[in-house]
Amino acid sequence: MQAKKRYLTLFSAGACLILLFCFGGIQLPLSRRGPSRRDDRSLTGYHPGERWRRFPGSLQPFSRWEEDWGDNHNEHISPRQKRDANSGIDSGKRCRMDSCFDFSLCGRNGFKVYVYPQQKGEKMSESYQNILSSIEGSMYYTPDPGQACLFVLSLDTLDRDQLSPQYVHNLKVKIQSLHLWNGGKNHIIFNLYSGTWPDYTEDLGFDIGLAMLAKASISTENFRPYFDVSIPLFSKDHPRTGGERGYLKHNTIPPYRKYMLVFKGKRYLTGIGSDTRNALYHVHNSEDVVLLTTCKHGKDWQKHKDARCDKDNADYDKYDYREMLYNSTFCLVPRGRRLGSFRFLEALQAACVPVMLSNGWELPFSEIIDWNTAAVIGDERLLLQIPSTVRSIHPDKILSLRHQTQFLWEAYFNSVEKIVLTTLEIIQDRVMQHTSRSNLMWNSLPGGLFTLPQYSTYLGDFPFYYAKLGVKPYTKFTAIVHVVSPLVSQSQPVMKLLLSVAKSQYCAQVIVLWNCDKPLPAKHRWPVTSIPVIVIEGESKVISSRFLPYDTIPTDAVLSLDEDTVLSTTEVDFAFTVWQSFPDRIVGYPARSHFWDGNKERWGYTSKWTNDYSMVLTGAAIYHKYYHYLYTTYLPASLKNMVDQMSNCEDILMNFLVSSVSKLPPIKVTQKKQYKETMMGQSSRASRWADPDHFAQRQTCMNKFASWFGSMPLVHSQMRLDPVLFKDQVSILRKKYRDIERL
Amino acid sequence: MYASGKYTSRGPALIPRMKTKHRIYYITLFSVVLLGLIATGMFQFWPHSIESAADWTLDKRSVHDAPLIRLPVSSPIPERGDLSCRMHTCFDVYRCGYNPKNRIKVYIYPLQKFVDELGVPISSTGLSREYNDLLSAISDSDFYTDDVTRACLFVPSVDVLNQNSLRIRETAQALAMLPRWDKGMNHLLFNMLPGGPPDYNTALDVPRDRALLAGGGFSTWTYRQGYDVSIPVYSPLSADVELPERQPGPRRYFILSSQTAIHREYRAELERLKEENGEALLLLDKCSNLSQAAASARKRCYKGQVYDYPQILQESSFCVVLRGARLGQAALSDVLQAGCVPVILADSYILPFSEVLDWKRASVVIPEEKLSEMYTILKSIPHRQVEEMQRQARWFWEAYFSSMKAIGLTTLQIINDRIYPYAARTYEQWNNPPVVKWSSVNSPLFLPLIPPRAPGFTAVVLTYDRVESLFRVITEISKVPSLAKLLVVWNNQNKSPPEESLWPKIGVPLKVVRTKENKLSNRFFPYDEIETEAVLAIDDDIIMLTSDELQFGYEVWREFPDRLVGYPGRLHLWDHEMGKWKYESEWTNEVSMVLTGAAFYHKYFNYLYTYKMPGDIKNWVDAHMNCEDIAMNFLVANITGKAPIKVTPRKKFKCPECTAIDGLSLDQTHMVERSECINKFASVFGTMPLKVVEHRADPVLYKDDFPEKLKSFPNIGSL
Repeated sequence: MQAKKRYLTLFSAGACLILLFCFGGIQLPLSRRGPSRRDDRSLTGYHPGERWRRFPGSLQPFSRWEEDWGDNHNEHISPRQKRDANSGIDSGKRCRMDSCFDFSLCGRNGFKVYVYPQQKGEKMSESYQNILSSIEGSMYYTPDPGQACLFVLSLDTLDRDQLSPQYVHNLKVKIQSLHLWNGGKNHIIFNLYSGTWPDYTEDLGFDIGLAMLAKASISTENFRPYFDVSIPLFSKDHPRTGGERGYLKHNTIPPYRKYMLVFKGKRYLTGIGSDTRNALYHVHNSEDVVLLTTCKHGKDWQKHKDARCDKDNADYDKYDYREMLYNSTFCLVPRGRRLGSFRFLEALQAACVPVMLSNGWELPFSEIIDWNTAAVIGDERLLLQIPSTVRSIHPDKILSLRHQTQFLWEAYFNSVEKIVLTTLEIIQDRVMQHTSRSNLMWNSLPGGLFTLPQYSTYLGDFPFYYAKLGVKPYTKFTAIVHVVSPLVSQSQPVMKLLLSVAKSQYCAQVIVLWNCDKPLPAKHRWPVTSIPVIVIEGESKVISSRFLPYDTIPTDAVLSLDEDTVLSTTEVDFAFTVWQSFPDRIVGYPARSHFWDGNKERWGYTSKWTNDYSMVLTGAAIYHKYYHYLYTTYLPASLKNMVDQMSNCEDILMNFLVSSVSKLPPIKVTQKKQYKETMMGQSSRASRWADPDHFAQRQTCMNKFASWFGSMPLVHSQMRLDPVLFKDQVSILRKKYRDIERL
Repeated sequence: MYASGKYTSRGPALIPRMKTKHRIYYITLFSVVLLGLIATGMFQFWPHSIESAADWTLDKRSVHDAPLIRLPVSSPIPERGDLSCRMHTCFDVYRCGYNPKNRIKVYIYPLQKFVDELGVPISSTGLSREYNDLLSAISDSDFYTDDVTRACLFVPSVDVLNQNSLRIRETAQALAMLPRWDKGMNHLLFNMLPGGPPDYNTALDVPRDRALLAGGGFSTWTYRQGYDVSIPVYSPLSADVELPERQPGPRRYFILSSQTAIHREYRAELERLKEENGEALLLLDKCSNLSQAAASARKRCYKGQVYDYPQILQESSFCVVLRGARLGQAALSDVLQAGCVPVILADSYILPFSEVLDWKRASVVIPEEKLSEMYTILKSIPHRQVEEMQRQARWFWEAYFSSMKAIGLTTLQIINDRIYPYAARTYEQWNNPPVVKWSSVNSPLFLPLIPPRAPGFTAVVLTYDRVESLFRVITEISKVPSLAKLLVVWNNQNKSPPEESLWPKIGVPLKVVRTKENKLSNRFFPYDEIETEAVLAIDDDIIMLTSDELQFGYEVWREFPDRLVGYPGRLHLWDHEMGKWKYESEWTNEVSMVLTGAAFYHKYFNYLYTYKMPGDIKNWVDAHMNCEDIAMNFLVANITGKAPIKVTPRKKFKCPECTAIDGLSLDQTHMVERSECINKFASVFGTMPLKVVEHRADPVLYKDDFPEKLKSFPNIGSL
């Protein structure tokens, strides 16, 4: 009986509960709907909570072809007039490329940039000096204003804060007196700081006319889309060239670091931009969200001091900024007085994903960079949601955000030169609209500065995007044999080489580059092959011509060969199959290494047998045709001329170039030490290898190249790739590349 | 307390043993409760069903029965759109709130018919077919809410798609009368044909306060970047005509111009181009001799010859889309549908959805001034690029242009991405057609990093009960210089691991993890104890690898941290006779897998294996107690698109105390089972991700005629 009672109470209690819940459930939506009903009663015919439903039956179309498209619109003004009307009307504040830029200046000579000569006695900050020298060292520079498409002032406009010691006075007059100024047309003005306390306007203090602005901390309100360029705020210590690498070395799993979100900076107690930083303490939890501010800045901070200042200041001193930066998953980048802050680049370099809290800031290079892939764009109004937002981000996404920060930092931000070149390239893309970079070229490795759309607008023509597009490189290669000595006999090494290369199943064509002083030999003297052999006479017979992007190369892959290289068909075949897995690297036989010579404080070059290597010489190497184009257009004339004059180091320079693009070592394939014919005749210039000067030159080259690149791009590798069954104890008949072992 | 505790302890097993009398009693009680529940349920839903029934009757009548609203002459007019409006200034983000789904809620105003004081409607068309489609699509989507208080975005039912059919002032007044208008805050207007003669403004002329405008035909002057959305002009032909998708490739004509309302100056220029380049160009115009007006939208003529439009668009590689009076042209949609590459000549035009779509991969934009150079410019484009653009063009149409639904929902998604930028759709999601999404790879670890040597690697040994062999393995591995930690995964629940004192003494920390179940997937669990990036998975019977070989493997892994770097290599082959995949372990010249009995890999893949393995593969492996290594190879290849790296020469992987089960490795049944695994996984992945290569990694000086003591890794390949 007791059990019965128990069940009774239990069941009734349960029933009551369920009933209560049901009624509660009804009441909930009712109460929610309450206020809306009150609101909406004011209007007749308005039904709250009514669902939109499709209206059945036939309705009229929104547009009639006859009315909207069929009409002859010849009555409206001529498009040409409309264009002319565009240019000129909206000057200044509403400038666009179509109205304030003269495209015709760029038509004749392409995209060339002129820098005004520097006036004596004119003071110039180091940063601006760096900007100008970066332009002067770039491939776009022209000393002739008649050829220029874009003009850069030699007057320092970087700091337009009147209270700053760098402020240049009387700019207005100075600019008006420039005879090429032309109202600012086709000029670009670089600026980092504008306005001053208390309102920090974005006015530069002089009339920029029709000139474009490349400005840091620019607001969307003042930013003229597709006309201005937003650049990052960089410090005066920002290196001119080279630049530091990103700090990311490890991919820790799970990706969370010690802190989730950090910030350390000044707090402006009053005035413009103070709200956000003043409110940070609301989300600070001193555990994994550490947001520290200090009131101590300026002379009279004590005057504005509020109740929290003392505690904040004390907390502020407890933490080390660097330590926080390296050990946090996310870094808050709140606006300061101006919209941009140094915190942004610092976080980017430290692989600390920036969390932007700067409403209305046009992010740096926003025209081309998809910032959602590298930063979290927060809203100052939703500060309190920031912690939960960043916590909700998936670990995979954190990893890719982090990688993207590093890519962007190294591609566009780590030196003044990169920032300036990116600015110029953005403008060039606007000018040369139909040969401009797609979003993918800008936002994936190796970045827009290494991806020149003049080479091709098709992503599949570059060595970088095969995986992204899900395609493969073309399965054949073109061999280019660099010939410097005359043809004397049919048993000459180059003849053997031609025959063995042409026998490769992957060879599409052989190009013989005749860089010999003797005239071209007759056609019949070249060996007969099943594939076409094209003989090209080098124009100026310089060594760099072996890296020209010849139109006659129909394939993605190029096999570069010296005339005295000894290579079998099997070796060629194997190297090419390996290259197909690594299309962005140099894959080949002769490996060399570099090292830092501590005594002489310079880079050394070695051809000795070592346990690692960092270069694969282009005497027998396969790489992507695009590197020919980069070598020819991207590298400065000074380096190429040096190489040509010495007839040496071209292979080292190519290795520098490819490694600086790929950030990876080349790949050496299989065992092969003797790749040069040692029995050369005395007349051959190939004996240059035996020349002691030759080796010394190569040392010099290494150091010259390293200084131009700003750092040492070469990377060491400790492995080589052999055929799978190489020297394995199994019947040779089972092996596909058996000839390699016989050599 | 006591009673209930007793009840729970005895559990529900008591019930069947109750007496019949009691049972009846309880059944009755239960029925009563059930009835009550049903009743409340009815009560709860009753009013709703009445309401929806009312809606339906309203629907069954028609648009003409929408409530009539008379606009007083003095009714307020909104301000003209503010050009400086941005999301952070003119949009109330608080209405959208924080929600775990990161999705905005959109409310649609019910249809009303606005008339002025004289009873003249504000619009000549009223609700158009297209706007009806658009609103219906939104209301069927996940964005929709019928609760006005929870809405983040409001869409008026006032149709402003075509400015030509509107009375501007009255339309503005109607908008201002919307109950939630509030200066247009968070309101979204859709307009495709802005402006009117003679100057054709590029944005809707209706004053609209702060409302967002989804407009077709914005110019850089009127488009508020990051606030407005540029949308296409919908072409009614999209619904009427079905054009089959054509494979990208060369077409009969090179350039086609099919628009009819081209300004005579431009037509003259096109004629000139045609003269120069002849047959490659096809220049069509309206058919003047056809009488029927209806047909003229579907016909185009050249010198009396009649062509079907839009079918003719499929016969050309490039199709010219010139600006007319307006920048936005419906022809763009037709051109994309035909898979023809649009050549857009409309200076300052903001291309549709340009905020997310990469038009450079789908179109050619040429300044109007360079119309005369069009032919040369287009000729310079590589063939493969043209083919990609043809494919991209068609994909853009299918995904974003083909219907009012596509246009409307894309617009909402773009706004959604702005409000929840950290959850925004990626470039790849927006721009890659399905075929590319399928074949391309996107690994979050894409940076070419060579991690430093110093942290070393963690060896993870999976073991069951072969203690003797395990200890030998531990002793051998402990000699590897870069070993940082040893983790033994003890997979035997019936037996405890040996006492601590019995384990070999080694120079690095040794941890034993005991598992709850004897599952193969335990070996790939991302244990917190693994503090290094590099993991060496090793079986408890692999004692034949030398210290040099292991150290070298680690060095190779550092150069390829996103790959599996292992010792024994295996291959998959397509068996033509059987029509399926086959597993191969014989002496092959190729490698597509490395066994995880001895392999280095990134800890990230442990995480992927445990939490992101597609389909039921993980359970399948645990159930079959086999193929975990093949599954890992599939997983890594699928995410990176790269082949594994086999290191060092082949050696005999045989252990001294191999049992019969291990001998199975050579058995035929084993091979069959492994082949089955490959076929199973390939079907789950929907593709064969494994990549075949013909190389392996050796030390630079391997087998070179060079003093062994000077080599970094002399002891390689000894048997």
